[in-house]
Amino acid sequence: MKKPMARATRENIYGYTFIGIWVLGFLIFMVYPLLTSIFYSLNDVRFTADGIRTTFVGFDNYLKIFQIEQGFVFVESLTAFLQQMVLQIPVIVVFSILIALLLNQKIKGRGIFRSIFFLPVIISSGPVINELISQGAGGTNIFDSYGFITIIESTLNPGLAKPIVDLFSQIIIIFWFSGVQILIFIAGLQKIDGQIYEAAQIDGAGPWQSFWKITMPSLSSLIFVNTIYTIVLLTTFSENKVILSIKSNMFNTVTGFGMASAMAWLYALVVFITIGLVAFLFRTKNSRRRT
Amino acid sequence: MQNRKATIQKFFLGRHFTDGMIFKVAIYVLLISIGFVYLYPMLYMISNSLKSQSDIINPMINWIPSEFFMGNYQSAFRVLNYFSTFYKSWLVTLLPALIQTAVTSLIGYGFATFNFKFKKVWLVLVLLTFIIPPQVYMIPRYVMFFRLYLYRTPFSIILPALFGQGLNSAIFILIFYQFFRMIPKSLNEAAEIDGASQGYIFFKMAVPLSVPAYITSFLFGLVWYWNETYISSLFLDSSNANLQLKLANFVSEYQAVSGGNQNLVMLNEGVRLAATLLIILPMIIVYFTMQRWFVEGVEKTGITGE
Repeated sequence: MKKPMARATRENIYGYTFIGIWVLGFLIFMVYPLLTSIFYSLNDVRFTADGIRTTFVGFDNYLKIFQIEQGFVFVESLTAFLQQMVLQIPVIVVFSILIALLLNQKIKGRGIFRSIFFLPVIISSGPVINELISQGAGGTNIFDSYGFITIIESTLNPGLAKPIVDLFSQIIIIFWFSGVQILIFIAGLQKIDGQIYEAAQIDGAGPWQSFWKITMPSLSSLIFVNTIYTIVLLTTFSENKVILSIKSNMFNTVTGFGMASAMAWLYALVVFITIGLVAFLFRTKNSRRRT
Repeated sequence: MQNRKATIQKFFLGRHFTDGMIFKVAIYVLLISIGFVYLYPMLYMISNSLKSQSDIINPMINWIPSEFFMGNYQSAFRVLNYFSTFYKSWLVTLLPALIQTAVTSLIGYGFATFNFKFKKVWLVLVLLTFIIPPQVYMIPRYVMFFRLYLYRTPFSIILPALFGQGLNSAIFILIFYQFFRMIPKSLNEAAEIDGASQGYIFFKMAVPLSVPAYITSFLFGLVWYWNETYISSLFLDSSNANLQLKLANFVSEYQAVSGGNQNLVMLNEGVRLAATLLIILPMIIVYFTMQRWFVEGVEKTGITGE
């Protein structure tokens, strides 16, 4: 009779049998490409007749981003993207909380509204959104026609008005990026025990107080999740100018794979810093509440 | 008198405002107006794709065309080479979505059921793959597929999915991880004592219990792969192009089909919107037939994670 294996050994074997394929894939499609990409970013990479030729150039690729024209275009699109993202993330998160709150009320036709708000997730791809905007279906004309934009432009100083006007001109796109977040918030709202609200009411709390003292604290971890999700969504959107710039530099004879890789890493760094900053903010906020 | 005033007040403001009439009306007004902004692009698309050239120019015609003009759809069909492209699109949508669902469920099950060494490390790495911008690893992947002669074939999209590295695979692994964790461990142990193998437990017990997670994951995979354009624009050439790529290059495709520039005048808003509608149509059909799995799936599968 076979001697039964120790529990721990068995768990190890079974565990790795199930996740083994992921570990393998992670090495092949993630670790290896990441290392290669670091290597490329430190080299001048050329496609030649007999394969890829690399010449070590150190940090030249990174420095050149700030020196040559193709690099300037990239840096410009990166800063523009960052500015946009800083505005868009709070708008998307706040908007999805509001919609989730509305949809969480006892109203008729909840299902219909919920499916409408989720619809963009199903159909929005880069080319589709592009077509909609270029053919005037982006919906910005709704705001234009009521003179919204002119009011903002004439009342605020130009430095402040421009980002706000930009925001409005993309309002549909922002709405369209909030489908999953709305559902996640609704799920979160439904988990809150109704009795807590009743208890608060008896103690004399109004809806406003209940919202800030009960609803928001219970959503705080989901706000974090959704903020991260929104960042990833925006940074991987295929029509994002930074991504387009990296892609065009891949096949540009001046820059090539080397500089494109350097740009990609610079972009990754910016994304990591943004996510790190968000994580830091949420952590300090939460620890303050606990004390 | 006092009583009546109180009743009226109660009707409008409710006992604690949120159940009053004013509040209700405000909510409906908000939802309907925001809903309209959402549907506006869709309505615009439908209306203008059915307009003939003269209707589009005519300022008197706003939403309803003077006649239902199908010419735009005919042109769009021809330019997109719809049926053939449709088939190619499904190849890089349905297959990766199916494979990804199956593979990520195995991985998620492994994480949820067993306590193996470095489990936490691997889980963190799974999360990390979601955050890393694809641009950093796509260039080497491109070179890799090029060397393996997989470049410009559907395999360059299917293969990563097979190894749990597909589009948003990390999310699906986490969904299955959450879902399988809800199955009590004692169930697994009881089956083990009865002599069931781990494969048997997975296929005969865990999978049947997790049908909702499977359906939701598959549908999301389907939608995301259908709408994906960054990877496909890198890895597929024009002969393998899916519908999204054809739309992205619509003007040049149109020129190629109509043979030269002379017909470009006819390429109007209507044709392009008809093409756009034709591309989102399959997913809209999927959405409205499987709707409840999309919206309820997010709750049921515990995507919200604790």
